[in-house]
Amino acid sequence: MASRVEILNDGGFRSDGRKQYELRDIVIDLSQQGSADGSVVLSHGLTQVSASVFGPREAKMRSQTLHDRANINIEVTFAPFSMGERRKRSRNDKRVLDFASTIKATFEPAIQTKLYPRSQIDIYINVLQQDGGVLQACINATTLALAAAGIPLLDFVCAVTGGVQSASPLLDLTTLEENDVPHLTVAVMPRTGNITLLTMETRLHVDRFEEIFQLVTSAGHVLHKEMKAAIKDRTRTLVAAMSVAPKAVGEKDPLYSERMDDS
Amino acid sequence: MITFTSFPKSKDSFSYTAAKFSAVDGNDMDVDVYGDDYGEDFDSGTKLTYPGESITSSYDYMRGHGTFIDQGNVISSVAGTIERVNKLVSVRAIRTRYNPEVGDLIVGRITEVQPRRWKVDANSRQDAVLMLSSINLPGGVQRRKLESDELQMRQFFEGGDLLVAEVQAFFADGAMSLHTRSLTYGKLRNGQLVCVPPILIRRLKSHFVSLPCNVDLILGLNGYIWVSKHIDQNRQPGEEGLDAESVYSNQNEAIDAPTRMAVSRVTNLIKVLASHFVPLSDVILLEAYEWAVENDVEVKDLTQPDICEGLIATVGTKG
Repeated sequence: MASRVEILNDGGFRSDGRKQYELRDIVIDLSQQGSADGSVVLSHGLTQVSASVFGPREAKMRSQTLHDRANINIEVTFAPFSMGERRKRSRNDKRVLDFASTIKATFEPAIQTKLYPRSQIDIYINVLQQDGGVLQACINATTLALAAAGIPLLDFVCAVTGGVQSASPLLDLTTLEENDVPHLTVAVMPRTGNITLLTMETRLHVDRFEEIFQLVTSAGHVLHKEMKAAIKDRTRTLVAAMSVAPKAVGEKDPLYSERMDDS
Repeated sequence: MITFTSFPKSKDSFSYTAAKFSAVDGNDMDVDVYGDDYGEDFDSGTKLTYPGESITSSYDYMRGHGTFIDQGNVISSVAGTIERVNKLVSVRAIRTRYNPEVGDLIVGRITEVQPRRWKVDANSRQDAVLMLSSINLPGGVQRRKLESDELQMRQFFEGGDLLVAEVQAFFADGAMSLHTRSLTYGKLRNGQLVCVPPILIRRLKSHFVSLPCNVDLILGLNGYIWVSKHIDQNRQPGEEGLDAESVYSNQNEAIDAPTRMAVSRVTNLIKVLASHFVPLSDVILLEAYEWAVENDVEVKDLTQPDICEGLIATVGTKG
């Protein structure tokens, strides 16, 4: 594989035409899906993930309620058609469960669960297309869905994947690059700069770590700008839509309306 | 390089300049978002915020809902609009679950029967509780604290039943307690439930609305709306024509075809308005209904996007 495809060619371009530090296109669709409180479809290039948030709501299983904070429940499903090779993963696949618990651990420091004792926040993630950076896409989608659902967050959580190809760092890897290059995923909370996740499934030389880590963290800040712009845009649209409607008879203020007739 | 499609195109027609927030146009509270002492401390001009944005210094202002304090700053924790009352800064989330307050009228669904209480789904962060002692027994009988009452609970409300109630109090953990101790509250029948985002239902003088098309509405503050057949004046609760036994009846009355049509039409109109995030009131619903009748729009046509656009355009301009 590596012999046929050059990860980084002499001109400094990668296999999909990007430069070393270039991120893929990001598409954020925050439109309403079904009865979810917050939902998003997020694409990083060809990787596409949809996330829906329900809650905080009454826990379906009483054993899961925590008396001092909300319980976060994350379920991840990989669509059978999401990869080149059609493959059905069972719900109890070890890797999938592990993946979900990684995401849960990432968000536990970011969600203000203390405000909702005895409740449950359900997050359903559906991986629709995989082309590298699935974990980063899932984390970013979850952040956006949580923000859209009005769940109190300490900050956005922005995740980016980075790798090192023979001493030159790369950002936002595709499947092709992930198979070939040692890589890591970092989730950063941009306001404080706290890192809520750092995973490495491959071996990376310790001397390279510092550089790629710094680079990925700063890429997280770039993603943060896009994510907050999308959230602000949605808030603005909704607020504008609400103000268009005519007011009720004699209504001065929506909060303190005085209506003449209620026959 | 970077593209955004964060919302369907249809809503882009609303220009942001039209946006004014509820806190701004004068009510009695001292709320002026553009106040003199405001500009420096706040990110002035924008009254919209997102999680993690620093709003102001915590030494000069108190934090309200939707905010937290970190390193001497008041920071927003939800996406929504900033509101300020004197020194209290809070952020109201644009989309969130229902936040109950005592006295609110809600529509809910029984999820569970427990000893001496029912659990009610009310679109809130926890299920509400309806105690056996806070319902009216049929015929206004005083409750004799007997075991037989507890055994008969399912004759009043069963799992899946819909009811209209009022928020009575809160428990220590924030769960709400309901009561139906008024003749206007109780079990619902002869109609259909619609769910909308709770922020679209404003507090009105009366949440029981009668439309002239033979349809009654109950606008629950939790975003659940009950659309039902109109009940005649003399059979309204409290009048002598009311049959005491029918209060907890599970049987629908006979509903004729035009009424069914009207109920479905109102239901669909509410869905259309809610999907375009238009706040609901009796005036708007009436206007929308008249528009539907005038333009001869069939009930099923209300599910088509282009017709919905026409409706939203009409309702928006009349105001």
